[in-house]
Amino acid sequence: MTGHSTYDTLRHLADSWGLAAMVVTFLALIAWPFRPGARKLNDEAANLIFADDNAGGDDNGD
Amino acid sequence: MESLVARAGWWLAALLFAVFMFANAQDTGFAVHMAIFALAALAGLVIALRGTDYKLAAAGRMPVADQSRYDDGLIRAGVILTTFWGCVGFLVGLFIALQLAFPVLNLGFEYTTFGRLRPLHTSAVIFAFGGTALIATSFYIVQRTCRARLAFPALARFVFWGYQLFIVLAATGYVLGVTQGKEYAEPEWYVDLWLTLVWVAYLVVFVGTIIKRTEPHIYVANWFFLSFILTVAMLHLVNNANLPVSPFGSLSYPLWAGVQGALVQWWYGHNAVGFFLTAGFLAMMYYFVPKQAERPIYSYRLSIVHFWSLIFLYIWAGPHHLHYTALPDWAQTLGMVFSVMLWMPSWGGMINGLMTLNGAWDKVRTDPIIRMMVMSIAFYGMSTFEGPMMSIKSVNSLSHYTDWTIGHVHSGALGWNGMITFSAIYYLAPRLWNRERMYSLRMINWHFWLATIGIVFYAASMWVAGVTQGLMWREYGADNYLVNSFAETVAALHPMYLARAFGGILYLSGALIMAFNVWQTIAGNLRREEPLRQAAYDAQADRPLVAVPAE
Amino acid sequence: MTSETKKEPWARHKKLEKNVALLGVLAFAAVTVGGIIEIAPLFWIDNTIEKVDGMRPYTPLEQAGRDIYVREGCYNCHSQMIRPFRDEVERYGHYSLAAESMYDHPFQWGSKRTGPDLARVGLKYSDEWHVQHLNNPQQVVPESVMPQYAFLARNDLAIGDPAARLTALYRVGVPYTATDIKQAEADLKAQADPQADSADLQKRYPKSQVRDFDGQPDRLTEMDALVAYLQMLGTLVDVNAPAAQEDLAKEKGR
Repeated sequence: MTGHSTYDTLRHLADSWGLAAMVVTFLALIAWPFRPGARKLNDEAANLIFADDNAGGDDNGD
Repeated sequence: MESLVARAGWWLAALLFAVFMFANAQDTGFAVHMAIFALAALAGLVIALRGTDYKLAAAGRMPVADQSRYDDGLIRAGVILTTFWGCVGFLVGLFIALQLAFPVLNLGFEYTTFGRLRPLHTSAVIFAFGGTALIATSFYIVQRTCRARLAFPALARFVFWGYQLFIVLAATGYVLGVTQGKEYAEPEWYVDLWLTLVWVAYLVVFVGTIIKRTEPHIYVANWFFLSFILTVAMLHLVNNANLPVSPFGSLSYPLWAGVQGALVQWWYGHNAVGFFLTAGFLAMMYYFVPKQAERPIYSYRLSIVHFWSLIFLYIWAGPHHLHYTALPDWAQTLGMVFSVMLWMPSWGGMINGLMTLNGAWDKVRTDPIIRMMVMSIAFYGMSTFEGPMMSIKSVNSLSHYTDWTIGHVHSGALGWNGMITFSAIYYLAPRLWNRERMYSLRMINWHFWLATIGIVFYAASMWVAGVTQGLMWREYGADNYLVNSFAETVAALHPMYLARAFGGILYLSGALIMAFNVWQTIAGNLRREEPLRQAAYDAQADRPLVAVPAE
Repeated sequence: MTSETKKEPWARHKKLEKNVALLGVLAFAAVTVGGIIEIAPLFWIDNTIEKVDGMRPYTPLEQAGRDIYVREGCYNCHSQMIRPFRDEVERYGHYSLAAESMYDHPFQWGSKRTGPDLARVGLKYSDEWHVQHLNNPQQVVPESVMPQYAFLARNDLAIGDPAARLTALYRVGVPYTATDIKQAEADLKAQADPQADSADLQKRYPKSQVRDFDGQPDRLTEMDALVAYLQMLGTLVDVNAPAAQEDLAKEKGR
């Protein structure tokens, strides 16, 4: 396999199946968090940082 | 008791090893660094031996930390050192900015030339200021969001102090001329090895803490931190694959040469921006902004999309640093396309951060910390717009090699990284030392304005300098000859370099005010000051109207 | 779990948000793809691994100068990569070829031109110009903002064993011969000494320039090494020769 045919093969792949595969992956990843039934989980996760509001440290070092 | 003996033994072994390396050192830089290693090992040994309560240890009872509190000792040290390294980094930055305006400031010593101090500046702000902030905030956030103490506390101490040692080695190395000559990856092979050890330990502590969490969810900030730690490990290992000339000397040669070396370097360099300065700091945004605004992130779903698209797209963007070079064209084009696409997740993240304030926008007026956060997110948005634009090849043909790049980097670094770190420090300091609030909120306000105006001077002057220089380089006269000699383009930039240095003075002054504010907060002082906003009240006017009888 | 899966078809995705190992593996996969696709081909594609006529490894003295160039951080302000634009080609010379930096460990293409590009600075100025300019740039170019490097002329070139450097470079892929490595120290000294017999050196390193570079014939200083390096930059490949032009035509997409 010469360098040029490597280039052409890769270029062809990038312009066709590679591109399609990446678009599909990308869209799937975007669709995923918007799946039905995730709302409750997301709200839970978003609010978990407020569960503990005495975030103070202890004053005596470790 | 055995563990104490074992620990002391390790420190002693490290000390002896460093002394052995020192004795065999072939160059000054290596000798100095081994001496620093030896001092660090000695300090570890002394602390291990003196910090032990021998009566308790003899009775077989080692003191146990209070398991009902978070492990915050390192984070306190982190807040102090972040402030310190910030001031150092900005000061060196100001100095080298002045060197470019007044070359006599290179002072004629080999240790003080621009070429050696510029890596000192970039590493001090990125790795010392930014890195310490990242380690400290990640330890803070991962404990809070997991509702668990740090896993492997001793290893966590190694991570934190080992990283500080890395900073000292890197910084002293640059001044002594110990460098492998790749931007943002200058430290030599043994410092790289040391950082690898520290970084693996960091991953272990971070993942260990997530595993022992009591919350079912892994909060999104931790995703960003995790991807930052993993990716930086990968980048660091590949880009620093070096072969030392001698095991007792500082010099080494990279495995990668020429065009391969260039692409590996900018794959590293761009993703140091993407994962060190973006993913890690976004994790700060996703925790501190909702906490300070006291409302959850605008859209948790958007944050998931933001995460996956950002980490996937960023890694491809490196070749935009090599437009029109000897790098093959297809790689340049890939880099450009992905850089432009990167605009979308970046702005998704910006919108997510800003919209968190929906319904609480009044806080921008009354809370200077929120104001700082909003400004930092705004700068994140601006620089992630400017970046994709500059990665377009035709724009890049003008902007590359000029100060426009420097201006772009600083609008991101000073605006986004700096401001979000400052606001994290202002958030953390009162909480970590159990204070009611920062010593002075008005000083935060001063810091905000000094920093903002400083950045405006910086970014504007460098933008003008870059475009001026780019246009002067390619200017042709009616006679079809180049109009400007290179020296003329240098002279034309002088006023812009002065304006940039002025911006740097403002930014540095803001940071010094912060340092004073943090110091006073730790000391337990509260400045008596007017609150930032108070509705007008006039006691004289506050009375009923009484009819006055006519005369 | 199975009954739950029926009720909630997306339950498997919930796992991801709660499983740190899975999250880590997927995140790592996401960040590796781009790097592999972009970087790996550069080790096989012709125009990035091809040799062009005239390219040779650096002589020990030039390499020592290059190490000083790296040590002093010259790449912070000088590029070594001429882009194929009319103004750059007229200002600096023929645009840079991939093969011209094939023995550069590390590459020094740079990212900023506070000063001019140096890819083809060799033989454009005299040695005296370089020495004077490095000693005090403002004396030669009043507008310059370059630091003064007078200390280079004061420091003796002390690089320990030059053969060790060549050996290390050989191990990372620079084709030095056994003779090159054995002769490294002699070559280093001979190149800066017009009295020495340098025929063998010039045979093994074609187009190498042999003379005293720093104006101090009795000493071998860091200035000698750095000027020797600067004077050879861009002089090896005759870009206008027919063979080179043929290689250029084969370079894709530039």
